[in-house]
Amino acid sequence: MSEEIKVDKVMDLKGLPCPMPVVKVSKGIKEVEIGQVIEAQTTDPGSLTDFPAWARTSGNEILKTDQDGGIIRFYIKRNA
Amino acid sequence: MKESIAKKQDVAEHPEADVNIVDLEKHVSELKEKVEVLSKGKAENKLSMIVFSGDMDKVLASLVLATGAVAMGMDVVMFFTFWGTPILRDKNKKVGGKDLMGKMFGAMLPKGACEMKLSKMNMGGMGTAMMKSLMKKKNVASVEEMLGLAAELGVRMYVCEMSMDLMGFKREEMIDYPNLSFCGVAKFLEEAQNSKIQLFI
Repeated sequence: MSEEIKVDKVMDLKGLPCPMPVVKVSKGIKEVEIGQVIEAQTTDPGSLTDFPAWARTSGNEILKTDQDGGIIRFYIKRNA
Repeated sequence: MKESIAKKQDVAEHPEADVNIVDLEKHVSELKEKVEVLSKGKAENKLSMIVFSGDMDKVLASLVLATGAVAMGMDVVMFFTFWGTPILRDKNKKVGGKDLMGKMFGAMLPKGACEMKLSKMNMGGMGTAMMKSLMKKKNVASVEEMLGLAAELGVRMYVCEMSMDLMGFKREEMIDYPNLSFCGVAKFLEEAQNSKIQLFI
C-alpha cells in the first residue's frame, strides 16, 4: 500500500504480553468511529497471529502490518 | 410443452392433488414451528468455564482465556467449584461463627488469590515465589490483576453453593466482585448448554 494511512488514534501496547494487547485493542477500537483507523503498536510476537484472529472474529479489518525491529504496528479499521 | 400437457393430464387424472397442497401447507407450517424451537436452543457466542482447580497456573490460564474471550466479543461465565472456591475469598475479611471443620478448612485453604501455589515446581513455596517475580519482570498480569480486569470486562462469576457449604465458607468472606453470585449445578448447565465453548479447568 503506497498511500499513507490516516490514523485517528495510536495505542501503545509495547511490552504487554498475552492477553493484554488483544484485550486493550478490543476496548480501544470502541473509542473511534466506525470507518476510522487505529494504529496499535505491540512487541508481543504472539500478536502477529492474535490480531488477525481477533479482527476476523470481531469484524474489523487490518489494513496493514508493519514490523520494525521488535515493534509490530497494526493499522486497524473499525468496521463493527 | 409436452411436459406441461403431461402435468395437466396428471392433475386431471388425480383430483387429490388439491388436497395434497393443503397437506403440504400444513407440513410447512409445522416445520416452521420446529425451526423456531431449534433456533431458540442455538448456542450463543458464549464461553462457560468450570474452575475446579485452585492452582495458581491453572486459574491464571482460565482468566487469560476469559478476558481474551471478551476481547473476541464473547460473553463469559466462570463457575468456581471445589478447590477453585477459596481463591475468591478476601483475605481482609474476617467472619466468625464457624464450626471446627469450617475453621480448619478456612485456615488450611488459600485465603484469596495471593495464597495460591503452582501445580508443579512449588518447592515449598520457593517455585511459586520465583514464578511471581518472573511474571512481574515479564509484565505478565498477576491473578489478582486479572480478576480486576475480568470484573471490568463484565465476566460473570458463579460460586458453587455446595463447595461453600462443604468447606464452611460464608458469603461475607468472598471478594467484592461486581458479577459474583452463588448457584448450583443446574445454573451452570443452563449456561453451558447454550455456550459455544465449555471448558473444565
